[in-house]
Order: sequence, then structure tokens, then C-alpha cells
Amino acid sequence: MRRLLLVVGIAASPVGAQDKFIVLASTTSTEQSGLFGHILPVFQKKTGIQVRVVALGTGQALDLARRGDADVVFVHARSAEEKFLAEGHGVRRFDVMYNDFVLIGPKSDPAELSGGRDILEGLRKIRAAGAAFVSRGDKSGTHIAELDLWKLAGIDIAKEKGSWYRDTGQGMGPALNTAAAMNAYILSDRGTWLSFKNRGELFIAVEGDRRLFNQYGIMLVNPLKHTNVKKDLGLTFVDWVISPEGQKAIAGYRIDGEQLFFPNAK
Amino acid sequence: MSNGAILPLRLADVSFAAGGRTIIDRVSLEIGTGPSTIILGANGAGKSVLMRLMHGLLSPSSGRIDWNAPERPGAPRKQAMVFQRPVMLRRSAYANVAYALKIAGIPEPQRGALAREALESVGLSHLARRSARVLSGGEQQRLALARAWALHPEVLFLDEPTASLDPSAAREIESVIKAFDAAGTKVVMATHNLGQARRLGDEILFINQGRLVERAPVEQFFSKPQSAQAAAFIKGELPWT
Amino acid sequence: MSGALSTALALLIGLDSRLVEIVLLSLRVSLSAVAIAALLGLPLGAAIAVSRFPGRQAVIVVLNALMGLPPVVVGLLVYLLLSRAGPLGAFGILFTPAAMVFAQSILILPIVAALSRQAIEDAWREYEEQLRSLGAGRMSAALTLLWDTRFSLLTTILAGFGRAAAEVGAVMIVGGNIDGVTRVMTTTIALETSKGDLPLALGLGMILIAIVIAVNAAAHLTKELAQRRYG
Repeated sequence: MRRLLLVVGIAASPVGAQDKFIVLASTTSTEQSGLFGHILPVFQKKTGIQVRVVALGTGQALDLARRGDADVVFVHARSAEEKFLAEGHGVRRFDVMYNDFVLIGPKSDPAELSGGRDILEGLRKIRAAGAAFVSRGDKSGTHIAELDLWKLAGIDIAKEKGSWYRDTGQGMGPALNTAAAMNAYILSDRGTWLSFKNRGELFIAVEGDRRLFNQYGIMLVNPLKHTNVKKDLGLTFVDWVISPEGQKAIAGYRIDGEQLFFPNAK
Repeated sequence: MSNGAILPLRLADVSFAAGGRTIIDRVSLEIGTGPSTIILGANGAGKSVLMRLMHGLLSPSSGRIDWNAPERPGAPRKQAMVFQRPVMLRRSAYANVAYALKIAGIPEPQRGALAREALESVGLSHLARRSARVLSGGEQQRLALARAWALHPEVLFLDEPTASLDPSAAREIESVIKAFDAAGTKVVMATHNLGQARRLGDEILFINQGRLVERAPVEQFFSKPQSAQAAAFIKGELPWT
Repeated sequence: MSGALSTALALLIGLDSRLVEIVLLSLRVSLSAVAIAALLGLPLGAAIAVSRFPGRQAVIVVLNALMGLPPVVVGLLVYLLLSRAGPLGAFGILFTPAAMVFAQSILILPIVAALSRQAIEDAWREYEEQLRSLGAGRMSAALTLLWDTRFSLLTTILAGFGRAAAEVGAVMIVGGNIDGVTRVMTTTIALETSKGDLPLALGLGMILIAIVIAVNAAAHLTKELAQRRYG
């Protein structure tokens, strides 16, 4: 068995394979924003360490790390991250950056939100108008943030399922595709929206509310609990991300001239 | 004959049943060296099954089949069989003969000469490199004979070898069989063709409905058949088959 | 559609280096998997074809059924095996091309074994008497038939390659779709689709189909020529 896996490994490994690398578990929305394509080459050039990003939903990313299959996690769901730490799977959590969510809607704007800056007011208007709304429904950071906002607006969203509220169980990109096809409202992170090309009739209906800000945290997976974790390489990455140099790289990432992520490491 | 000669072959009260039917019914006989033996009978009489029992492709339901010397596994076979339809591998004619030698355990350096000799003996040397499965029916059957002959077997079984061939190809096969017979190989051939039986056989074993009905030297069988079934069979057959 | 076509052509003509890398990795992974599946599956299929043993029919039914293994289920099972928390975790091949080869080999092994079993069994019906008459043992006959039916088996192997090259469920889970490391054509198409970049996804899809057609055409030609030569 061992020999077979070795043969398989040799057959499949590229010539000159990277020896110094870590596995980073992060979210699909972060990867699809293009941030990693911008900051990781900077890190690799400086340290020679390749960062291999496995992009999943927040819950899956943390579960991956719980099984010891990742060295560092980088997600944006504070409560889930705290739970992860409390279970002993992570060493320490650091704030890294925040980005924001935007409420996307059809140009026809049946709920008459256009230009609003109050997200709770916007959600209430959508419910009052019974306008179509697409939810990711996949327990991702974005989905959890969306549910929190309904609660803050005083709406019991579970009651509305099936009528104007569509629970799709999809990632950000596919959910935006669905919203574009249905001309519905949807909560999205700004990064995915900026790189999303299939916009149809959609535009930004509400933005800028402080409650739409989305905090990212980074953690080294606990090497005491998972002995295979590359502790030194992983620490190098975590330290770089929260260092002035890493924070500057994050701030420097733009789409169409717009900054996506706002570094706030302490 | 060398030591360990496998003839004579003895069948003692051999029966074979399949699918609820008795195909061979208590046959006892002995096949010795020398004269070529023809197993003669109508279609469905049980000739093919009897041939396969003797060659060892089938096991009897009851009774015993004994060769003089038992076959040693791993040693080259001393008996070979040619079927009604030749089955060739997707290789050259030469390679098909060489394959049989390889199975028999003949070492590689000796295979070439033996294979070429066998092809020569059936007149196929000029087609040695040709792919076997694109040869004509008659050529493939000659190749089957060459393949069977290559190991110089003591006994050569032939199950209706010309039934699928046109008359000229059939004549070629018959002349090869006659040559092997003259060279000392014991020929045991099944056929329903009276003319062929007369041309090639020294003795006739007449099979009817799974039973050995009559056994006689060839001229005696045809001029003075002892059993009613034999007589009927000889009369019933058309004179030019 | 025309947007997809022009995007695809632009990618091909430009020989975009990342595209080439993705295509080469896809081919390396699926061809390696086919090679392993053939090495194990052809002898297995041949052995079953010529053998008689109690439960043989049940084995054949199960083998045929396994041809329909859902790739995503295979991916999940292999992930559980290769995860650090799993029995083979110590090898550390999760999220590498080796894991993808491993998963795809498992996926297409039943296809190769079941189809070769059928082909060899058909051939055995034709050859059995003659080969036994010559004194060939069962296993020696099985090897002989494997070589003799090689052109039919080529089609079998192609079926396996087609399945491997087209699947996304297994390689996505065990490979992680890591940029520059385990990103293949199918996972890239999935990613670009979810990003809403449909023309790019369609363009890649056309390239993938073109590759599969080309491989099939080459094998078909080989079979035709061989049929004419060997009969």
C-alpha cells in the first residue's frame, strides 16, 4: 500500500515541487475576491514559502482545521472562531482586516431602497414589499451575518421562507447568479460583487452602514493538538499578515481602483 | 514409439449426459497404435462429444477413460486436436505455431526451427508473416494442422476438419492428414462424410445415438455392414458427399 | 455563445501559461489514474472472466454496479482516508495531485475491470476449447486473451479516461482546487462558473471536450487500422 502511494506520489508530483509550503484554510468569498492572488506572491517572494489556499465555506474551513488538514485558518465569523479557539484547535486569534457587505438589488427596485444607508430599514422595506430575496443558506460567514441582520431588524425570517425569501444553499457566486436570474435582492460581500461579471439588472441598493462591516481573523492551528502542523512556517505567515508590511499589501489590493479590504490589526 | 507412449487409449463403459439428455451411452472401446481410426456417424450421433471426451476437454459422467501413460502436467502434450472451425490468435501464422510451442514449454531457441518445419509441412511457409485471421478458411485449417503437428504428437484428433471448407480446400486438408498418418502419427478423425471416411480411414467406428454400434476395417464396413443402422446410414447418404 | 468561442480561441492562441499548466495537470492526473486502473483492473477483469468460483455472479453484478460510483462520494471517502485524522493521513498527500490520482484511480478501476471482464469473457467463449486443447492453464490463457483483445481493451481504457477527465466531485474534495497546485480543468470551470465568469468557463469547457474528442479519435483510428491488419 505504501509503495503504491509512493508510486502515485512520484507520478503526480511536478518536477521541482515546492518544499516550503503551508496549507491555508479560508473562505470561497475571500479567494474569489482575488486578495490572495495579490498578497501571497509578495509573501512568497520575501520568505520563499508557498501558501496553498483551500477555499471552502467558513464552517467547512474550520472543520478542515479541526481534522488537522490545514496549518492556518483565515475566516470571517467571530463567534465560530472563538468556539474554535475554546475547543483548543487554535493558538491565538488576531484581527486582520475588515471588508463590508453590500445589499444588491434589481434596477427595478420594488422595495424602493435606492441610495439608502440604513440596512435594517432596507430589510424591513423588502419584507413589506414582499420583494424577492436570495439567501446563501449555507451557514457561511455571509449567511450568518445576514441572519443576524434580520434579527436586528426585528424580523423572524424563518416564517418568511418559501414566499419572497429564497433559501438556496449556495456559495456567493452561484447565489449572485441566481439573484441576477430572478431579479432579486441579495446580501453580498463587496469583493465578490466587484469581481462578479454576470450582473444582469443588479446594482448596489444599500451600502456604508457600520453594521455591514465584516471582520476577518487569522489563527495558527494548534501544533500541540495536531502534531503535523508546520508551526514555524505557519507563524511566519501569521506574523507577516498582521505586520505593517502585510497590512500595507492588503490595503493595496484594488478592483477598478476601489479598495476592498481595510486592515485593522492591532 | 518412445517410452511413456500414451496409446493404447481405453474407454470403459463411458457415458456422458448433459441437460438431462444422454449423449454418450455406455461406450467401451480401445484405440491402439497404427491404423487411422474414423469415428463415423450422422449429425447429432455424438461424435464430437466422444472426441472431446477422448481428448480430455470433457469429463465422463460415468465410466473410465485411461491412457497407457498418464499425462504429466507441465510436459508437452502428446495428443493434439484440430476442430471444425480453426481458432487463431491475432498474430502472424508463424506466431500462432510458436505460441503452441511456448505453451508446451519448448525453450525459445528451438521454437523457430520447429515452427518453420511445421509450416513447411502444410505448405504455408510463404504465408508465415501474414496475420492468421485474414487467411482463407482452408489456409487457417492448414495452419491449425501445422500448429497441432509442431509438437509431433502421438495422437492427432480431428473433429470434422473439412466440414466448413469448399471441396478444393478439403482435398488439401485430406492430403496433409494422409501425410501425417504416413509419418507415423495416430489419426483419429470424426466425420459424417462417407467418401472422406473411405479415402482416409483404415478402420471405422460407427456411432449411432451415442452408442458404439459397429467397428470394422474400412472395406469390410462398406461392403458388408453388420448392423441395420450402419447399412441404413451407408444407403441414406448421397453418393457424392 | 460567441463570447465563449472568442474567449476560448483567445486563450488557445495566446497559449496562456496558466491555461497550459491547468491542461497539463488535468492530463497528468487523469492519465496516471488510467494507467494505475489499467495495471490493476485488466488482470482483475481477465481473471474473473476465465475463472469459476462460488459467488462469481455476485462479484460480476457488484463490479458492474461500481461503475456508477458517484465521483463526489469517492472524493468524500478518499478525503476521510487521507485526512490527517484518517488512517492514511501520515502520508500527507491530501491536497496534492497524488491524492487526485488516487481518488480517480479508485473511481475508474471498476470501469476497467468490469468492461475488460466482459470483453475477455466473450473472447474466452471463442478460444476456450482451443487454448485448453493446447494445454494452456486458465491464468496463462487470461494473459494471452488480454493481449489478443488489446484493441477492444483500448476502448475500455478510453472509457475510463473519459470518466476521469470529466469528473469534478472527487478532485475538488481531495485536491482542494488550490491555485497553481491542484487546479484542473473541471475544477477551474466550476470556479469560474461560480464567479459568474461564464464565457471563460464555457471556453475551458470547449477545450476539455476537444481534448476528449481528440483522444477518442486517435484510439478509434488505431482500432480501425488494427482491425484491417490483424482481422
